[in-house]
Amino acid sequence: MKDIYAWAAIGLIVLTSTTGDVLLSYSMKRVGHVGELLKRRGVLAVLGRVLRTPTFALGLMAMGIAFYSLLFGLSWGNLSLVVPASASLTFVANAVAARLFLHERVGRRRWIAALLVAGGVVLMAV
Amino acid sequence: MTFRKYLVLAGVTVCATAGDSLLARGMKELGNVSLHNLSALLLAILNPWVTAGILLLLAFFACYMSALSWADLTYVLPATSLGYVLVALIARFGFHEVISPTRWLGIALIAAGVGFVAAGPSVTPGRQHLDSPEPSRDPVSQEVKS
Repeated sequence: MKDIYAWAAIGLIVLTSTTGDVLLSYSMKRVGHVGELLKRRGVLAVLGRVLRTPTFALGLMAMGIAFYSLLFGLSWGNLSLVVPASASLTFVANAVAARLFLHERVGRRRWIAALLVAGGVVLMAV
Repeated sequence: MTFRKYLVLAGVTVCATAGDSLLARGMKELGNVSLHNLSALLLAILNPWVTAGILLLLAFFACYMSALSWADLTYVLPATSLGYVLVALIARFGFHEVISPTRWLGIALIAAGVGFVAAGPSVTPGRQHLDSPEPSRDPVSQEVKS
């Protein structure tokens, strides 16, 4: 029973955090280089520009749900199960989603890195 | 990639790891949350460990957003995945959870993956005007700017 709760939380984390990551990445690309913006316009201008990006709020909402799913999961499973398991699956889902929705160029180097990290994280969940 | 950018990536890794660990510590104190007392999740914020964890996760979020503004998602995620290795080490030495040989192998694979992606380009070329302080010339940014 404990495991079912933990894995249900993991599934919810993967779905919501992938959605959140893609939306937030999209938003920040639209905002522009934060370091340069900070130097030229200051903190308030950066915050204002980020907060006025509509997809940012959506991404934040998805991340909020992911966060509470994590709290839920951590209360049922071990830190070293819940975090790696949800991370590995989120990682794979994100690679696919970034390619599909963000049109990122995922070359051989990134696929190898993706497989190594995802594989490593799966081994850690065993 | 400048030194400052590597610092931001390190900030993402360390803050996320420390934040998660503090949250775990707090949630273990609170005990199991079941579907019958979900309100306990809202009250969890009052636990000092959980509060500290949330503050660190806010710092993580600032670094993460900064990184995503100049690097691809498929670069930032693997590059900062060293955090899972840190989580395992904290689980081992902080919470005395047992780490099997398979898990140690996983740690090695992740470290190799991080090295692989970090040595490559951080952004898909020619898609964004990432180094320009001005918003890129697309409808969304124009809308945001006005």
